[in-house]
Amino acid sequence: MDSCNCIEPQWPPDDLLMKYQYISDFFIALAYFSIPLELIYFVKKSAVFPYRWVLVQFGAFIVLCGATHLINLWTSTMHSRTVAMVMTTAKVFTAAVSCITALLLVHIIPDLLSVKTREMFLKNKAAELDREMGLIRTQEETGRHVRMLTHEIRSTLDRHTILKTTLVELGRTLALEECALWMPTRAGLELQLSYTLRQQNPVGYTVPIHLPVINQVFSSSHAVKISPNCPVASIHPSGKYTPGEVVAVRVPLLHLSDFQINDWPELSTKRYALMVLMLPLDSARQWRVHELELVEVVADQVAVALSHAAILEESMRARDLLMEQNVALDMARREAETAIRARNDFLAVMNHEMRTPMHAIIALSSLLQETELTPEQRLMVETILKSSNLLSTLINDVLDLSRLEDGSLQLDLGTFNLYAVFKEVLNLIKPIVSVKKLHVSLNLAPDLPEYAVGDEKRLMQTILNVVGNAVKFSKDGSISITAFVAKAELLRDSQTSEFFPVPGDNHFYLRVQVKDSGIGVSPQDIPKLFTKFAQTQSTATRNSGGTGLGLAICKRFVNLMEGHIWIESEGLGKGCTAIFMVKLGIPERLNEPELAFMPKVPPNHGPTAFPGLKVLVMDENGVSRKVTKGLLVHLGCDVTMVSSSEECLRVVSNEHKVVFMDACVPGMDGYEIAVRIHEKFTKRHERPIIVALTGNTDKVTKENCMRVGMDGVILKPVSLDKMRSVLSDLLEHRVLFEAI
Amino acid sequence: MDLVKLQRQLVDYKASLYHECVLDEQFTQLQQLQDENNPDFVVEVVSLFFEDSERLLNELTKALEQQSIDFKRVDAHVHQLKGSSSSIGAQRVQKSCIAFRNYCEEQNVEGCLACLQQVRLEYSLVKTKLEYMFQLEQQILSSGGSIPI
Repeated sequence: MDSCNCIEPQWPPDDLLMKYQYISDFFIALAYFSIPLELIYFVKKSAVFPYRWVLVQFGAFIVLCGATHLINLWTSTMHSRTVAMVMTTAKVFTAAVSCITALLLVHIIPDLLSVKTREMFLKNKAAELDREMGLIRTQEETGRHVRMLTHEIRSTLDRHTILKTTLVELGRTLALEECALWMPTRAGLELQLSYTLRQQNPVGYTVPIHLPVINQVFSSSHAVKISPNCPVASIHPSGKYTPGEVVAVRVPLLHLSDFQINDWPELSTKRYALMVLMLPLDSARQWRVHELELVEVVADQVAVALSHAAILEESMRARDLLMEQNVALDMARREAETAIRARNDFLAVMNHEMRTPMHAIIALSSLLQETELTPEQRLMVETILKSSNLLSTLINDVLDLSRLEDGSLQLDLGTFNLYAVFKEVLNLIKPIVSVKKLHVSLNLAPDLPEYAVGDEKRLMQTILNVVGNAVKFSKDGSISITAFVAKAELLRDSQTSEFFPVPGDNHFYLRVQVKDSGIGVSPQDIPKLFTKFAQTQSTATRNSGGTGLGLAICKRFVNLMEGHIWIESEGLGKGCTAIFMVKLGIPERLNEPELAFMPKVPPNHGPTAFPGLKVLVMDENGVSRKVTKGLLVHLGCDVTMVSSSEECLRVVSNEHKVVFMDACVPGMDGYEIAVRIHEKFTKRHERPIIVALTGNTDKVTKENCMRVGMDGVILKPVSLDKMRSVLSDLLEHRVLFEAI
Repeated sequence: MDLVKLQRQLVDYKASLYHECVLDEQFTQLQQLQDENNPDFVVEVVSLFFEDSERLLNELTKALEQQSIDFKRVDAHVHQLKGSSSSIGAQRVQKSCIAFRNYCEEQNVEGCLACLQQVRLEYSLVKTKLEYMFQLEQQILSSGGSIPI
């Protein structure tokens, strides 16, 4: 024991130290055993733990370490060889496991660390997503605001409302301090403060448009931050308020022509308005990107809304203008109508006023002619007659022409004898022709139909006029009148290049040529011939009289008859030919034999249509009475005539089937008689049918007749056919009310 | 004179009467009523018309000469005349009567007098013409011809 060179002397084991070692070993062993248990417990609890076998290893390692320390308990005192063996094995195992574990940890720990990094990474990602979520939400809110704003703006078409609403909504959405709109003036050189949010009536501030800051805003389509000190931002009258962050954006003022799909809005719109938005100073807010975007979008929307409002204003204005024009046109039309009516009235009156004395002159002169006169007197009377006839023709001409111009003249179509027309014309010009020693020949083509449908009177007037002109302008020589049916080949005459008559089945074209050997017409005067009041200026014509209306009227008539009239002449002194073609209808073959020279004479039917019908006629007027009686007798009735109402009431009996009475009979009212008759014959089948004959054409008369119980009203004068049909209707239906 | 010529003349004459509106359709109706049972119907009616009208015209002249004119009476006469003239188809007479009645309604003395003149005139005219026409018809009948319709 003394031979060792230890620095410290050996000392025998101390009991106290031994005891402390002993206890520590025990606790270590305990801990070493309990840790794996805890591990196992908690790992079992958590479902996610990827490294179980690591755990097993760890557990083994710890258990063995614990075992080692436990066995140490026994090795502190004297121990046997087995304990030493066990101790050694335990130590060996422990060493093995520890080494393996240490080796394995080299692989495991980086893995475990990477888990950690992944965790960090995920956390970052989550934070980022949160941020993005926040952004999207704000964007969505912005969008919502924009939509709402747009909706508000676009829900009205009134310019002021649009702008006001824009400012209000923007102010609300963005919590602005002030919002203002500067519009360009008419001249375009200045911006005028037009609308503000807070102030009700902005005073007319103006700012020149060519400030650099304004140009900057106008040249960019984005909202631009501007300095709070620039003139557009100082809009308070007092000027003491300086706003916070200010943003300005341009609002394009679009015209209708600017709406092209692909060019929106980078167009050549030169006019912009300026919208200025100010944040409150005390909020320390900054303009955020999405707010700026909102402002830009709103500005565009406002531009569109404004243009719509402008379009609407335009169209309203146009419509108002149109309405005004309409009203004006309407008034003009009514004035024109009044004027026409006044003229027509005037013409009608004048016509009547002129015709009445004319007629008196003509009638009396013709009566005078019939009396005994000396030759001198006869000559005078003839002159008077001729002149007044001329004047009468003139008046008729003027009236006709004015009616023709109106378009109110209509042809009186009827069937007439064509040959007779020509003969009549000849008769009428015979006196003058014999005086002038002219020779007139009439040539009617054999295929010319004898009867035609047309306006006889006006056709005669036309022919007469043309022939009359021929006679007037010929001093001597001959006049030939030819009439024939225009054939197809003649229709292609060069003269009538603008006139294409089409012959058909029920009409034909009558062509009349009047050739004279008189003074003729020079070619340049030919077009003027048919104009009103124009006459060629040669002295011969000035003496011939006439107004120059004749040919104009003829032309109108011929046109009405769908024809054409023209004059050919080879020159002065070479005579001229007047040619016209008119369309006439071909009458139905059936009617021909019944036609006579007399106009409108219907054929005589058998007399006895109502044999023996007892009729009572009451009329105070002898002539009317006789005529009515004649009518009824002709129809076979047995007629009793009375001339007063008392007599009528006395005579009427139930044998009389019909009573005809004149409605306006003095003495006893015609209506009263009807009432009396009703009273006298209470039974309906006994009472005769009561018919009033009246010359009155108003509704009042008809209503009165109906009121007193008359069965019918007929308008005087009654034709035979009408009486026949009336009687048959009455007897069949017992009632007849003719539409008066 | 030649019968055919006479007939021709009659026809033309009648045509001219219609053309000048001295007579209208009603006269044609009257002519239709004339047949073998009533050979002189037209002449009878026309004579009656002449008598009636002359009487009425005299009455009218007398009535209008009064100091205080009884327009109702005048109107009644004119009404009668109008009725008669329209019954035989004397269109011009009828039209003048219509004008006459308007003046009566207005109690316009001047107008009435003027109208009376007018009516007289028209009446004379139609009387002359009808008498001439009947004369022609008589001539034709006595020559053995028949009156063309």
